[in-house]
This record gives sequence, C-alpha cells and structure tokens, in this order.
Amino acid sequence: MVVGQIFDRSITNRARRAMKGIRRMSMKRYSVFAIAREAARYHSGWERAWKSPQPKKRYDAIIIGAGGHGLATAYYLGKNHGITNVAILEKGWLGGGNTGRNTTIIRSNYLQDPSAAIYEKARSLYETMSQDLNMNVMFSPRGVIMLAQTEHEVRGYERTAHANALQGVKTEFIGPERVKELVPIINIDGPRYPVLGGLWQARGGTARHDAVAWGYARACSAMGMDIIQQCEVTGVRRDGGKVVGVDTTKGAIECNKLGVVVAGHSGVISEMAGFRLPIESVALQALVSEPIKPCMDVVVMANTVHGYMSQSDKGEMVIGGGTDGFNNYTQRGSFHHVEETVRALIETFPIISRLKMLRQWGGIVDVTGDRSPIISKTPVDGMFINCGWGTGGFKAIPGSGWAMAEMIAKGEPGALAAEFGMDRFVEGRFIDESVAAGVAH
Amino acid sequence: MLILTCPYCGVSGEETEFHAGGEAHLKRFGPGSSDADFESYLFHRENPKGVHFERWRHVSGCGKWFHAARCTTTLEVFGTYTAQTSEPPQSIKDAITAKRPGWTWRDFA
Repeated sequence: MVVGQIFDRSITNRARRAMKGIRRMSMKRYSVFAIAREAARYHSGWERAWKSPQPKKRYDAIIIGAGGHGLATAYYLGKNHGITNVAILEKGWLGGGNTGRNTTIIRSNYLQDPSAAIYEKARSLYETMSQDLNMNVMFSPRGVIMLAQTEHEVRGYERTAHANALQGVKTEFIGPERVKELVPIINIDGPRYPVLGGLWQARGGTARHDAVAWGYARACSAMGMDIIQQCEVTGVRRDGGKVVGVDTTKGAIECNKLGVVVAGHSGVISEMAGFRLPIESVALQALVSEPIKPCMDVVVMANTVHGYMSQSDKGEMVIGGGTDGFNNYTQRGSFHHVEETVRALIETFPIISRLKMLRQWGGIVDVTGDRSPIISKTPVDGMFINCGWGTGGFKAIPGSGWAMAEMIAKGEPGALAAEFGMDRFVEGRFIDESVAAGVAH
Repeated sequence: MLILTCPYCGVSGEETEFHAGGEAHLKRFGPGSSDADFESYLFHRENPKGVHFERWRHVSGCGKWFHAARCTTTLEVFGTYTAQTSEPPQSIKDAITAKRPGWTWRDFA
C-alpha cells in the first residue's frame, strides 16, 4: 500500500523520465536511413542494443527472468505506468530459455473467455510490435489452421469458432477442401485420421522469437532499466510477510516490488519465498529440418495426431509435438516423443518423409492443473508471479507483460489478469483449456 | 531416455514401457478437510529441482504401480520401490544420500 503511494506520487516525474528515455532511444532509431548512414561508414557506428550494468543497491521493482514475458513486463511497467527504476535479473542469457526455444506460433483461438481476451490482446500487440519497439520482429500473420481429424474435434472447433465470434476473435471453421486449398502439401484422405475440416485464424502466424526479446530489452534499456544477465537469484528477502529484496550471485539487491517471471523454474523461486505452486515442470521438444523451397505458407497444427509444423523464412520446417510425462529440469526430452511427432506429421504431409532434421532441442515448461497460466499475487506481500504458460507462452508475451505490469504497478490484477489468480485452484474456478484443446496447447 | 526397473516383476525397460504417474507420497485429503488442504492435495506439487519421488506404472509389463526416486536435473534414477508405503525405504534413502550428500527426506504435504 505504502509502496503504491510512493509510485503514485512520483508517477509524473517517472513518466517524464521514461519519455526522455524513449526520445533518447529515438536518436539511434533503426531505419533505412540508419542502414544507409552506417553503410557509408563501414558499419562502425552501430551500438550495443542494451547496456549491461552492474546492479544498483535498490530498485522500485525487480523482475526475475529476462525472457519474453519478463522483459515485456518491465517494458509495460515503464511505458504504461511510468515505473522505470527497474532491474531485470537473468541467471543465464537474455531470451535463452523458452523464448528462444519455442516454435514461434501466434494465435488467439481459445475457447474460454479469459484466455481469448489475453491471447487476443497479445496477438493484437504483435501486429504493431515492430513499429512500437523499433525492432523488426518479423511478425508474419500468415494464418494458423488447427486440423479437425475426428468428429469430436469437428464439434469442438465449431464450438470454439462460435465462442470466438462472441469474444470478437476472428476465426472460422473451414471444410477439408478449403484446408487443401490453403495447404496443398497436406494429405486430407489419411486412412486413420482424414482431415474433416479446421479452425482457421487468418491473422494468426509467427514472429521471430529472439527479436521479440531483443526488441523489448532494447526498449527497456533505453528507458533506463538495468538488464543484468548471469545473475542468479538465490534467495527472496522478506520482512514481516513483505518482500524487501533478493539475494543473487551478484549480491543482495533491495526492492519494493518483485515480479517472478521464470517459467519452468517458478517452483524454485516460490520455494525460496516459502510457498508452493500448482505447477509441474516438464520437457517440451522441437526440431527443424534442412531448409527447402517454400512449400507451406500457413501454420498447421494437428492436435489429434499430436504434431504441428510451419516453414520458417529460411525454409526450414519447424516442428513441435508433445511434452514428456515426467518432471524434468534438464532441457532435454525423450526421443520417443520426437519419433511420435514426426511419424504423425509424415502421415499428414507425405512430402516431408525424406527430409533430414538439422536440430532438435528441449525447453522446460511449467504446466498447471488446468493448462492455463497464473498471473497472480502471492502469499508474500509485494511479490507477484507470472507463470504456468506451459507449452504455449510465446504467443502471449505482449499480453502477459501488459497484464503483469498492471498488477505490479497497481498492486491488484486488472481485467486481463483477474481470472488468472492462483486462488482459482482453491475455488475450482478453472480456465479449463486442457479439455478445450484436448492436448497441451 | 530413462531406464527403470519394476520392483514387482524385476524387469528393466526403457521409459516407453512405463507410464509416469506424478508425485508420490501425497497425503490425501477428502470430504471434511479444509479448502487449503484439499487444494494442496489436488494441485500443489513439490516440483523440486533435484531429488524427486514419483509414481510409475509398468503398463507394457506386469501392470503394477510402483515408486521411483529420481533426480530431475540429471535424470539419474536412484532406485525403485514398492508403492505400498508412505515413505521411501531406508535403502533408497541411503542410495540418495550416497549420491547427494546433505539431502534430507521431506514429509510431503
């Protein structure tokens, strides 16, 4: 409460300083003219995109985790709420966790209202992100199809299309001929799982995941925020049930407010703060093929057979599948899931059967009981947590940061975050996307 | 890829022969319990970075449920043991202590 008043009193000063930061950044804007200028002087004038300072003794707010969600949280704290005395602490390197490991799919065709609201907010922010951050995040609204391959799935997606119409999310249920028209390489007559239709979101698509993290980081740094990499949090300092700071591998840092945005390691931080989460961490894998000529210009997800695929701008087929069944922090998954996913996709896309796979990797995803995220206050006063995005967090980054920043600034969740509180597990007020999607999503 | 040994039939197999069943040794709460206890039983998990006790089922084998002690940061399996217990046997605890000195058994909620 006291903290909130401090924020409120100085908000105009801070907002002014934040604007100055943005103007400062604007002097070094990326543009066609900047490229021309640098080309004329052998590219000697490019600067580092963000500073790497040593931590100060104290910040108004500390965000743990410099992935997409953490950086977006910090960015909107500054941009929307004028709070710029912020540190973002990262134990590894910026964007090196799930932000750099996902398959970059963006969509908002969710069944439940709270999900549709936050994912659509995120998707709409992606539309203008390159301009807003002055960083080309290569948002490509090429369209996303979720295939219906059983009668049950047809009914499920028809229901989702109706729900989306009511939520103001533009999707439609399309028949198999239209699927074939959009994706000529697809086999719609498979003997086991013929394509019976699909849920089509024309403004879904992909973006370059690294650039999203870099763009937010650069904008945060320009607002005067400190991004501190290689700085692992080892303890959460509390005084009378209120957070007062963190211990890190670079020493103790004080703060008024603490935002925890650490995905798979949420349970590790919550244990430091003395509470448990309804979360389990498991490995999720993805892989890419050798690059081939353009053959598929939409994203296709096949949830019944459990695989999804898109083609990157480099020509690689980007493939993802299901999670492992057991708790895991190793960022390595089990091979049989790769095999299962690839087997399913070869049935669906016979032309990829002889493609060589170039790379395969894993990330640790934090999965909740209802497969929906947590954006919540915690039992510790002044400490907030944003986690549980599970297998589908990339698409939510801007909306998640927007909602988390609002909660940190005001001390209470706003409309976007309200339904995602941890208390929903006490009350049984689930946002049940696990049933809606039939699989991890 | 994990290699597990079923403590009932003695067969060792890789993980596709088994099915993971989540955290072991949960204390059950049902009708008459507090909301907090019931929530904790249903949803809260230790989810440790390190030693983890978990349930597995030998689905493509004898079909029995059993318990395993495993490290979530190395995927090392310390041992498997019967499901008919509310705490790991001493031999398992000793095996973990040998590999992870300083480790202590927590009474899981």
